[in-house]
Amino acid sequence: MIRGRPWLSFRFWFWSGLFLLTWALSSFSFQLYKALDARWIIRFPSKYEVPLASWLTDFFKWLQNDATFGLFTFRDATRFVSTILDWPYEQVRSLLIDGFRVGAGSSAIEVLPPLGWICVIVIVVALGWYAKNRYLAALAGACFVYLAVFGQWDAAMVTLASVLIAVPIGVIGGLVLGILAFRHDWFDKMLRPLLDLMQTVPVFAYLVPILVLFGFGPVAALVATIIYAMPPMVRVSTVALRNVPVEVVEAAKIVGCTKRQLLWKVLVPSAMPTLMVGVNQVIMLTLNMVIIASMIGAGGLGFDVLASLRRLDIGGGIEAGLAIVVMAIALDRLSQAFSRKPPDPIPPKGASFVQRHPWFVTTLAIAGTIYLAGFVLPWLREYPDEATITTSVFWESAIRWINVNFFDTLEAVKTFVLSYLLLPVKRFFTGIPWPWGVVVTGLIAGRIGGWRFGVIAALMALFIAANGLWAKAMITVYLCGVSVFIACAIGIPLGIWAGSNDRTNSVVGAIMDTLQTLPSFVYLIPVVMLFRVGDFSALIAVVLYALAPAVRYAAHGIRSIDPQLVEAGLVAGCTKRQLLWRIKLPLAAPSLLLGLNQTIMLALSMLVITALVGTRDLGQEVYIALTKANTGHGIVAGLSVAFIAIIADRIVSALAKSSENRLGLK
Amino acid sequence: MGREKKIKTPKGSQEGFMKYSMTIAAGLMSALMVTGAQAEVESTDPIKITTHDWTGQVVNSTILGEILKKAGYNVEYVQADYIAQFAGLQTGDLHVATEIWETTGREAMDEALATGNVVNMGETGMQAIEEWWYPAYMEEKCPGLPDWKALNDCAAEFATPETAPLGRYLGGPVTWGGFDDERVEALGMDFEVVHAGTDAALFAELESAYQRKAPIVLWLYEPHWAPAKFEGKFIEFPPYSAECYNDPSVGINPDAAYDCGKPTGPIWKVAWAGLEEKWKGAAEIIKNYKLTNEQMGDLVSKIDLEGVSTEEAAQNWIKENESTWSAWIK
Repeated sequence: MIRGRPWLSFRFWFWSGLFLLTWALSSFSFQLYKALDARWIIRFPSKYEVPLASWLTDFFKWLQNDATFGLFTFRDATRFVSTILDWPYEQVRSLLIDGFRVGAGSSAIEVLPPLGWICVIVIVVALGWYAKNRYLAALAGACFVYLAVFGQWDAAMVTLASVLIAVPIGVIGGLVLGILAFRHDWFDKMLRPLLDLMQTVPVFAYLVPILVLFGFGPVAALVATIIYAMPPMVRVSTVALRNVPVEVVEAAKIVGCTKRQLLWKVLVPSAMPTLMVGVNQVIMLTLNMVIIASMIGAGGLGFDVLASLRRLDIGGGIEAGLAIVVMAIALDRLSQAFSRKPPDPIPPKGASFVQRHPWFVTTLAIAGTIYLAGFVLPWLREYPDEATITTSVFWESAIRWINVNFFDTLEAVKTFVLSYLLLPVKRFFTGIPWPWGVVVTGLIAGRIGGWRFGVIAALMALFIAANGLWAKAMITVYLCGVSVFIACAIGIPLGIWAGSNDRTNSVVGAIMDTLQTLPSFVYLIPVVMLFRVGDFSALIAVVLYALAPAVRYAAHGIRSIDPQLVEAGLVAGCTKRQLLWRIKLPLAAPSLLLGLNQTIMLALSMLVITALVGTRDLGQEVYIALTKANTGHGIVAGLSVAFIAIIADRIVSALAKSSENRLGLK
Repeated sequence: MGREKKIKTPKGSQEGFMKYSMTIAAGLMSALMVTGAQAEVESTDPIKITTHDWTGQVVNSTILGEILKKAGYNVEYVQADYIAQFAGLQTGDLHVATEIWETTGREAMDEALATGNVVNMGETGMQAIEEWWYPAYMEEKCPGLPDWKALNDCAAEFATPETAPLGRYLGGPVTWGGFDDERVEALGMDFEVVHAGTDAALFAELESAYQRKAPIVLWLYEPHWAPAKFEGKFIEFPPYSAECYNDPSVGINPDAAYDCGKPTGPIWKVAWAGLEEKWKGAAEIIKNYKLTNEQMGDLVSKIDLEGVSTEEAAQNWIKENESTWSAWIK
């Protein structure tokens, strides 16, 4: 930083000049258009718009109806894949809930009943105990008991079945791609943009093509879930393999490992702890997709949430939503425990099967006994309906009470935020004429991330404009920008507090976990009841969802500061305030920026969902395309969202890197 | 999607062994297992009926499915998106859709019918009504309702900070169409149209306003549980005619189209074109099958307001209307 007279620096002039010019153009774009009689300033000339959307639609029609590889058609190929996915899914589902049957449709005959609720709980408890200790066993058991007691068992098992299929495929697929990327640089380079797109294109955009190609039913939902949940596993695998210490690899080479042995016996086992982080991410993202997957036929808890919200049964929606959270907590803790579990001691030679697998045998014996007993005592298999409880009435009346008593207060807050924050920012962004928008995107990106990135960013902005989506994109940027600003304003102080205090940390951590796994639909509807349809409701939903990374990364940043530096500050006589502003915050800056990056990504992904409460941004375009089954339009709007995400991601990453360099951290 | 192909094919997967229905809720499987040794049918392959995400359609499909079962057919319920299902109906992945609303599904239906792979199985007997609606307590504040002119006279009552001085009308999701912006313009109404994103959002606002007895005017439709749960009326606009929509000179405003109310229209049944060939008797039953708005409203309010399960409601209907549906089976 230039000290003393910052206004003399080029940097100062560049940014303030750019802002003033943009502001002026934004405020007077309409007058400019009138004065010059040039309508192209505010609207992209429609005769130059690229008919990309209809090309894409035609392309998918062709794929669906005519594409052929000679011996078989493209559709045969995708249908073949769905058959392969369908088989294990049906088996798991039969085991957990449906029972094994022969025949199809309503004339099927049950051969073997499903496991039943007690059996499943026994298995989960055993897993928890085996992976860590009896506390984890109790927690996991309690989570599943919740599902039974609150009458969510059947739906939860359907969801569990799809998790049990999607997660292994996501993990194995991700690992294989990660290994390929680790071995071949060209593959890594090719894969990277693809992963970016998989993570940033809103899921709604590819639901329809998937439906058409993979058929109706749970398989299409599984495919969508896998596409959404796999990318972090790929990234984590590559990083984990790269970070295996050189000494280990050298040692393996010295003892004469083949390439295959090196990979499977040395690299993968040593990278295991990091790989398990990826597995955990896959599980969480799979549960995140539960709701959207249920829109295209996954059924289960997600469908229950959607169905109860459709008939405004808020209590029912919250209960089913909490069931998803509970399941996420159980699976998350279990998978984390497995990732930290020390390897089992090697059993003595000549030990019997029972001695070698005590856990497996005991669990099998108990579960088997209960299963057989279930033929005589039906309540061992199916949780009796009379014993379920519901809190639905409580939630219903809570919302009603707030609505009746506090609506005016809430309305006043809303009006204030709308008129002093949302509307001015909205006017600013939507006023920017598209040609200048393209230029300014390029300039900002180029200044921060280098000229090559600048050109790419400008081209991406041009793509959005050329598809006639500029105005919608600016509303997206405005809503996302304001939400991220508020999320950071709340999240960063909260994170700093949590980072310096262990007790706060555990409370805040639990709240963040819930906010991230509780399906957003569950709180969207109460928010609409209290704040009406419109931007403000969307804002609240986005902030709630995007808060978590801001808090987490801030806490992480504060915690990972070298204590010696803080010590040095104290010795030098810093006050508490100085310590925070001069030492802690600058040192945590890279971490804060990473958190900002993630906050932006989550805000963008949530914006697509807030289309359901009436925002008029790109998310709405994607949603309209979904409901009209307009493949091409959905993909184009989805790509536009992805481009905004990619531009934001690269800018923030570049800022993080330069702040790291400045601090000499790397 | 090349990566999935690497997974080896488990033996027997192609036989489609144990391929079950995607039921509405997994638990009801056992309830559906009742099989009958009824009259011979053309094919015992399951007829796939789609279910969507609104109660009325699910119970409608369930009743039709149960009747088909009584006639000896094998039925499977498949959850599918309202519009996306046409892709499946064209290829024969799905066989029957029980509710295509004239008002919202016409375009997609016409497109599918044009391919020749989907056929119209006639009206369901239900009429879709879609119009501006207000709760009964607004009649005090705004005498003269349900006339649209009276509504316009007290537009200020409906104003909110975002729309003031105009009144706020909450329209349906953009995808529903409906020409409300044009209607407001053509009739010179002092209202601003705000679009809800989904119908869940629409009803959330209604519920909220109803709890507080706050002013609201919004898009509702029938058959649905809302007009049964909440007391209120549809606004009376100048009656709809095709000319009014197409010809600006028709109607009160000589210079604009859409200066009238919305059309009402039938709800259609559609099916895969191969259905008639494969299950001739079933196709007859599907064509015969009819429900009225009242019956549907009754079913839906039992399920959504009284908490009766969909299957139970369907079974009760079957029990109570035996004479009706047994005539369809013959």
